[in-house]
Order: sequence, then structure tokens, then C-alpha cells
Amino acid sequence: MSQKKPEKLIDENDVRLDGRKLNEIRPTKIEVGILANADGSAYIEQGKNKILAAVYGPREVHPKHLALPDRAVLRCRYHMAPFSVEERKSPAPSRRELELSKVIRECLEPSIFTEYFPRTSIDLFIEVLQADGGTRCAGITVASVALADAGIPMRDLVSACAAGKVEGRLVVDLTDVEDKGGEADMPLAYMPNANAITLLQMDGMLTSEEFEQAVNLAVEGSKQVGQIQKEALRAKYVVSKEAEAEKEEAEEGEQ
Amino acid sequence: MTSIMVSRVKQKRIAQLISRGKRLDGRELTDYRDVQVETGLIERAEGSARVRLGKTEVLVGVKFEMGEPFPDTPNEGVLTVNAELVPLASPTFEPGPPDENSIELARVVDRGIRESKAIATEELVIEPGKKVFVVFVDVYVLNYDGNLIDASCLAALAALLNTKMFNYEVKEGEVKIKPGYKPLPIRNYPVAVTFAKFNDKLVVDPWLEEEQVMDARLTMTLEKDGKICAIQKGGYGYFTPDQVFEASKIAKQKAEEQRKLVVKE
Repeated sequence: MSQKKPEKLIDENDVRLDGRKLNEIRPTKIEVGILANADGSAYIEQGKNKILAAVYGPREVHPKHLALPDRAVLRCRYHMAPFSVEERKSPAPSRRELELSKVIRECLEPSIFTEYFPRTSIDLFIEVLQADGGTRCAGITVASVALADAGIPMRDLVSACAAGKVEGRLVVDLTDVEDKGGEADMPLAYMPNANAITLLQMDGMLTSEEFEQAVNLAVEGSKQVGQIQKEALRAKYVVSKEAEAEKEEAEEGEQ
Repeated sequence: MTSIMVSRVKQKRIAQLISRGKRLDGRELTDYRDVQVETGLIERAEGSARVRLGKTEVLVGVKFEMGEPFPDTPNEGVLTVNAELVPLASPTFEPGPPDENSIELARVVDRGIRESKAIATEELVIEPGKKVFVVFVDVYVLNYDGNLIDASCLAALAALLNTKMFNYEVKEGEVKIKPGYKPLPIRNYPVAVTFAKFNDKLVVDPWLEEEQVMDARLTMTLEKDGKICAIQKGGYGYFTPDQVFEASKIAKQKAEEQRKLVVKE
């Protein structure tokens, strides 16, 4: 199976290959609490991206010498499954994955009250099951939900969304073909309550004006992602409420 | 990397001074430390440069090898950037395979060179799809006193500009080296500018002790026409959108100043 590079990524009506508008994020679905063993977990599908995140902790740190006396250590592993991409990826962590693990950790840590759990570790695992561009952003989004699901006290949810430049146009949430065929890709993670950018990377070419517009686009995209995160977390509890109502109704019916 | 101990008193002093727009070492917030660039110190390497940024010292060597191109770019040579945090450079550096800090450093340097298309890689092809030159840029940190990224990017650029390619001809698929050299074809000059954030203040070129106190770090790499070609945020804090915009404006001006230290036109 090989993908051919299409001739045009954006048509004359500003519609992208997958039918999206320039400032439209991919259809995104998040499920909360899907892994039985983890203290917190979540699953995201954003376009063709399929990513799992699990949180263990706060728990005892191993090896012990890594423990911090005044706060928890956050440890993060971003990893791609060998079958997640076109050509099989070796399961050994690549340099890219090591760098992403670092920037993801640094972007989530400001959101967590690590000082509440001294001498412990919070271990976060992100597994990319299928990748189609923007996996670090989707990974951050789903990881933040998993942390919330684990009941870890947080200042805010971290939502991530990339913006970039494709065929001279600024767009959000680039797919793999758009990233490879485009001129720039800029992943960004954002905490809306503090108006804080906690991750910002870019490769490609942007003028300062384009850069400002791209940041604003990515922040807007992140806010949309944030709504989906909140709904997903709420859904976990709302569903149980509805189920309860149904149960009550059923009981009333019996009487 | 375990951190360098900075006493609480000094940490406070550094932060207090910066909040008033001053710095412990007397610099303005947007001043770089003194920069010294030397090139061609390693004769065995095809190109080399040493950059001293205050007490931070980085040596970059460039070597060539013949190899295969990537399948998706059959008509381009290959660029490989590696960084070593050599144990002699700091009490906090340990021998062993590259850790995440050295990988991040290498990848940020790589991104600047690659995305600005600094090397004319299409001129490094010997036989399309089969044989190309692989350019190895090895960043060697000799003394660590903060802001490795800017020092390494500058040293890498200086080393690439210093790099000579041997002349060669291809006879029946065999590469024959001919006498004489020509410079490596360089088209663009990416320069990184790194900021440290202290609350509402941005500081250019943080030194080691400032790095220990800062909230977060932001690197912007600018190419010769002032376009941004790479960005990397690091550290556990955050930036507001306005701070990021402010950084891009300062970076543009600072990159131009720094570039002049290496690129003589």
C-alpha cells in the first residue's frame, strides 16, 4: 500500500483533501477510562490518528534515587507501534520519540500540581496505534484527559493543535500528507485558563506575520479540542447519571 | 542531567534583578555574551569551528561519507546532525549513550539547517538514487555554561561555511578523487536565538545559572531573509501568545547581529 502524493492539497474553493475547511480540525472522538489496569486512561481518534494514553500513579518511584523531595516526578513515554505507519517502524525508541517524550513531559508538567505528591512518580504512557500527522498534539490532548481520569489535581487541561502552511495557505491540524507536502508545521499546546502556551515547535518556513497568524489559529484549534476533552470527561459521568435515571424509571415501572 | 546547584539567595537575586530589567552579569535583557568564532582548527575534518559564547564552548566538526540517499529523496545528499555532551564539559554530564538533552540539541540544530535548506543537498549526488554524500555535523560540547543551542547552531553554521569538498569524478560507477577542493555549497544561514522566560520578562542568551532559575525556554531559528525556520520550546513553564510574538520580533534583530559574526559577505 503506497500513498501517491496528490497534485493539489487545497482546491480552488479552499477545501482540503479530506473535505475540511482551512481552520477546521479533524473529527475527534475521545473515550475516557478504557484500560482496566491503569489509574487513568483515554483513547483518541482524530482523523486517522488512533492513540491510547495511560497514567499510573502517583506511585512509588523506581529507581528510588530519581524521587524528588518536594514534588512528584512526571515521566512520559511517547511511543509509536511498529504497525502505526506506512513502513514498519522499529519498536526501539527513535531519536524523534525520545525528543517528543521530553517536550510532551515539559508541556504537561505545568498543568499538574506535582507538589501535592512529593517522593512519588506519575508515569504516563502514550502509544500511537495509527499515525496520520499531528500525533504529538493528539497524544498530548489524550494524555491530559488520562491524567484527569486518574484524578490527578490539575490547574487546567492541556489541549494541543498544530497550525501550518500548505500551498501558501495557513491551515490547522495538518494530516501526514499536508505536513510532508506543506511548507511548515507548528504544533502547539495550550492551557486556556492561564492563556499559556506549554508546547511550541515549528519546522518549515514562516514569516513573522504568518507565524503570528499561525499561533492564533493553533490556539483557536486547541480551544476547540479543549471542548471535546471536557465533553469526553463529562460523558463518563453523565452517562452513569442517565443510566441511573433509566434504572429509576425501570423501578418505577415495576411498582 | 542533574542540575547545577544555585543557592536560593542567588536564585532570588537573579530573578529580582531580571524583574527590574537587569542581569547579574551586567548585561541588558537582550544582550548576548561575548562571542568568539574560530574556524578550521581540526585539519582532519572537512570543516570545523569553535564557538565561545561567554564560557560556553562548542566545537563542531564536519565529515563526509558516501552512502545511500533516502528512498523519498533520491536526488539529494543526506544531512546527519549528532550532539555529544562530553563529560569533560560539565560535572553534570555523564558518559554513555546520548540522553534526551543531547538528542534535543542535535535535533534543534538539525531542524535549523534542514528547514532553511542551508546545504544545497542536490549538489551532493554522485549517482541519483544510489550514491550520495552524507554530511555528518558533529556537535561537541566542551564547556557548558548555558545556552548550548545558540552556540551549537552558530558553530555548526561556521563549520559548514568552513567545509571543503574534495573534487572527484565518476568512472564506471567508481568515485575517483581528484586533486583540489571546492567549498560545500551553502545557500542559507540559519541562526538560533534562545530566550529564557522569567514571569513577564524575556531574556536573551541565558547563562547556566539563569537557566536553573528560568520558567521556560524558547528557541527561534531564523534564516537569512528573516523568516522563522525552526522553533523549540523547552522547560516546565509556559509562554503567553504575546510573549511568543515579542520573542519573534527580538529574535529577528538578534539573529542578524549573530549572523554577521560568522557570515562575511
